[in-house]
Amino acid sequence: MKPAAFAYAKARSLDHAIELLGTREGARVLAGGQSLIAALNMRLDAPPLLVDINGVSGLDRIERPDGQVEIGALVRHAQALGSQVVARDAPLIARALPHIAHPAIRNRGTVGGSIAYADPAAELPACLLALAGEVDITGPAGRRTVKADDFFLGLFETALGPGEILTAIRVPAATPQMRCGFAELARRHGDYALVGLAACARADGAGLRDSRFVFFGVGATPVRARKAEAVLDARGFDGLDEAVAALADDLHPEDDIHASGKAKRHLAGVLLRRVVREMQDPWA
Amino acid sequence: MNYRFIGKSLPRSEDIRLIQGRGRYTADLAPPSAARLFMVRSPYAAARIVSIDASAARAMPGVLLVLTGDSPEVASLGTFTSKLRRKTPDGKPNFEPPYRTLARDRVQFVGDPVAAIIAETLDQAKDAAEALRIEWEPLPAITETKRALDPDAPQVWPEAPRNICFVFEAGDEAAVNAAFAKAKHTVSVTYDISRVTAAPMETRAALAFYDSAAEAWTLYAPVQNPHAVREEAADKVLRIAGNRLRVISPDVGGGFGLKEVPGPESILALVGARLIDRPVLWVAERSEAFASDFHARDNHSTATLALDAEGRFLALRVDTIANIGAYISLNGLNSSTNNLGGLSGVYRTPAIFTRVTGVFTNTQPTAPYRGAGRPEATYAIERVIDVAARRLGMDPVELRRKNMIAPSQMPYDTGFIFTYDSGEFERNMDDALALGDWAGFPQRRKEAAARGKLRGIGLSNPIEISAGPVTGTLSESAEIRFDSTGSVTVTIGTHSHGQGHETSFAQIVADLLGLEPEHVKVRYGDTELIEHGTGSFGSRSAVAGSVVLIKTADRIIARAKRIAAAHLEASPDDITFEDGIFRVVGTDKQVGLREVARLAYTLRPSELDGEHGLAAKMMVAPARPTFPNGCHICEVEIDPETGACAIVRYSVVDDVGRIINPMLVEGQIHGGVVQGLGQMLFEAIVYDDGGQLLTGSFMDYAMPRARHCPSFACHNNEVLTPVNPLGVKGAGEAGTVGALAAVANAVADALSPLGIEHVDMPFTPERIWRAIRDARRAAP
Ligand SMILES: Cc1cc2nc3c(=O)[nH]c(=O)nc-3n(C[C@H](O)[C@H](O)[C@H](O)COP(=O)(O)OP(=O)(O)OC[C@H]3O[C@@H](n4cnc5c(N)ncnc54)[C@H](O)[C@@H]3O)c2cc1C
Repeated sequence: MKPAAFAYAKARSLDHAIELLGTREGARVLAGGQSLIAALNMRLDAPPLLVDINGVSGLDRIERPDGQVEIGALVRHAQALGSQVVARDAPLIARALPHIAHPAIRNRGTVGGSIAYADPAAELPACLLALAGEVDITGPAGRRTVKADDFFLGLFETALGPGEILTAIRVPAATPQMRCGFAELARRHGDYALVGLAACARADGAGLRDSRFVFFGVGATPVRARKAEAVLDARGFDGLDEAVAALADDLHPEDDIHASGKAKRHLAGVLLRRVVREMQDPWA
Repeated sequence: MNYRFIGKSLPRSEDIRLIQGRGRYTADLAPPSAARLFMVRSPYAAARIVSIDASAARAMPGVLLVLTGDSPEVASLGTFTSKLRRKTPDGKPNFEPPYRTLARDRVQFVGDPVAAIIAETLDQAKDAAEALRIEWEPLPAITETKRALDPDAPQVWPEAPRNICFVFEAGDEAAVNAAFAKAKHTVSVTYDISRVTAAPMETRAALAFYDSAAEAWTLYAPVQNPHAVREEAADKVLRIAGNRLRVISPDVGGGFGLKEVPGPESILALVGARLIDRPVLWVAERSEAFASDFHARDNHSTATLALDAEGRFLALRVDTIANIGAYISLNGLNSSTNNLGGLSGVYRTPAIFTRVTGVFTNTQPTAPYRGAGRPEATYAIERVIDVAARRLGMDPVELRRKNMIAPSQMPYDTGFIFTYDSGEFERNMDDALALGDWAGFPQRRKEAAARGKLRGIGLSNPIEISAGPVTGTLSESAEIRFDSTGSVTVTIGTHSHGQGHETSFAQIVADLLGLEPEHVKVRYGDTELIEHGTGSFGSRSAVAGSVVLIKTADRIIARAKRIAAAHLEASPDDITFEDGIFRVVGTDKQVGLREVARLAYTLRPSELDGEHGLAAKMMVAPARPTFPNGCHICEVEIDPETGACAIVRYSVVDDVGRIINPMLVEGQIHGGVVQGLGQMLFEAIVYDDGGQLLTGSFMDYAMPRARHCPSFACHNNEVLTPVNPLGVKGAGEAGTVGALAAVANAVADALSPLGIEHVDMPFTPERIWRAIRDARRAAP
């Protein structure tokens, strides 16, 4: 295992990073390196230049602007896992983090890297989408913010353009009405999910509103189960069977080496039931 | 005899260096001057090599040597051969494929080595590998065991029609047929034993030195049997005198049967070291290990048991297709044909017959792996018994009990292959039933059901051969040598790659000679230090090692008595030896063994029978193999919604004969069980239809972790075997041998309420979920 030859540059600042990225077509940001270096070693990728952003200050903060939680791109999974703010105000993310890999990988891997890499079986992209969060991006043309709904475009493909850097993600802070649920099935804890579900909704009496059920490991991107969501919004918990049936329209998982598409669809239904039950009675 | 140390859980003396990072593994020993070897391997499962152009690679920076199969230094090498020969269906010796150091003309599996590049650094070698221009003509490939015999399957070797390597039969087919014809019941189960890989913590490696003045090599490599590796490398492949090759196997991070051959990489390191006149180091990367290590097991079998109306076993037949891989490894035919005796289990079955068809496929050669045919044999008999019990509505425990060999029948000739030396099989089972609270299971099942889980319990009674084979046990050699300070060094031909033999052999020798274990230095793993050795495999070391150490110690004592007699001015016949002290009977004259050892260097030659020093060297074979046995009970819980399966309770009762160190035995049992659980739950080598290896890293080849294992309950039934003086039976493989069947029986039991009789390993959620879904669909 050896990557193809590449150049390496360490950015001193965000501007410097953007400048460096502009020097070579196909240049790539290096964050925690837990996905990128493996991909290079396996020759799945061969960028000419890596721009290391680990020395850029200010990207590793977890902040609490009004009504929101903002997580800097360089916040390590382990750091987020230990954060009180995340635990209290972004409980969905706190639920998901322990499922990401193993301690050694969580010590290096970054939240920004997970979102930018957009592995279809990864936890955080699904959480971001379920929470209707947004992504801050800085590039040669300046700053912009992209909604999670518009961010994940295809297999390992996002709204990040050439030379752009993801600087932070933002999600709405939890409210008493907010219900979230998370579950995943993996061969072994810490493995990428066979199927996972990150969900968020607003409790409304005995029912749910504005629900967002996002499955991962079942397609090229995290997938919102819109038909199932509509059923649950309309019929509440009584509509669970119908919502599970609606997954047949929402999800079209393909076979992979660990599970067939059929099995994944079945498992998605199991997860939906479990997560909805959990959201129905969060104190159980 | 009362032992001071045998039977005690002495801590492992090797742990101090191994745990503190002071172990010396092959890669640690490379000097800065070592060049690095990188192997270029086939990306195709089957292809013709049209041409290789190495000119650009040779010109790359740092490159010292590029070898291909056509390089004269490689083309002139001998091939690797199989130790065993079997027969084709028409009675001829099986075809032995040309198993070369580097492939010529054709490659036969993904990972088949085609070129060796030696450069100043590993990175330079890898860069040069990319500059190698190889033109391939891909060919159709076959990897699947079951399909290898199909008329339309791609043919691996034209010399082996229908991909048949051999057909091997054992037992009495006519008697089995006759019994089947009149049996009240016959019950069959068809199953796969998955293909797995040993994945030791230390990957394979080789470090070669060449001494151009002496025209001799030294090879450091993690191997279980340095002497056999030297024979293979020197005699067969390099074709040089054995005294020109020293093989040293230093600290080794796990072997499990994988590390019993030099392999192409060691040979190329040796050849390269001579050609560039520098040390050469090769270390397999993990992904390379997946694509180049031997794999193991990989059988497709049908087991059929005939029973009379009362459930007495009348006959057993097992038909197996065994995947040999593309070439035959040194011990490649052992697992599938050498340990079949275990099919008898611990039962009286008057007639047994088995037919094994070995098939070539475009996969890595298969080789022994912890158990090497023993777990497969136990799986056959223990699975089919459970299926029979279920179909006939009998209790699986009582069905076993009814057919068990009793202690009073020992030694027991199974009539098939094995003659058992000793064992209390029913007591093992009863103790295990108590240990695993078999009686309380229905309650636990109910509680699990209330939580929505399917709980199952399964049992297996493994028995395996150790220190074999039956056709003539392998010998072992040892030397006990005292130096002029009176301290003692034991050299032995077995190896230790995790087992703890440095500790257990020191315990034995300390007891035999009345010394303290910490004063006994145990050395192994060097063909120059040790004249001959057989190595560690097949659960043999404690048996073969103790047998030879006892004889050697007897010689030491006999000679030391004469020296003591000379010193004490008495007749040797009047000298007694006890607890390390020689005494003249009826007097208070005495001298200790360490003092005698000093005297052996200081007395006059005439007082020493003309020979100085105190040392003895022996080579001894155990009189007969012995048969460790036991009983495993496993409980699983299955989530019927997801198919996820967890092992929630596991109990083992083992009879490994005399226990030298209970802690080491328990460690062996734990490790063995975990390797068995790993195969049952997760591990499986998978190829795609084109023969590409899909499980090429630990991401896809899932190993078990501590959290997948319950706390094991272990108990020993120490039934001393009469076939060797200490009564030891061997413990290395026992855990794995029992685990496969116990887990499979537990899973089948958990699923039985749904009408599911059998699911194949590994028990992934997908497989179990499918079985549940299919059963629900089929249900009326
Ligand atoms: C054995 C193993 C198991 C794993 N299991 C899981 C798992 O179960 N779930 C899971 O979610 N992940 C898993 N991961 C991946 C891990 O979470 C990674 O850390 C993460 O996906 C990427 O983060 P990183 O900081 O390492 O990014 P890097 O590897 O440095 O980068 C990944 C990609 O994102 C780009 N990138 C990174 N940061 C930015 C940025 N700020 N702006 C623009 N582009 C950027 C890089 O250019 C690169 O293309 C696993 C990894 C390993 C090695």
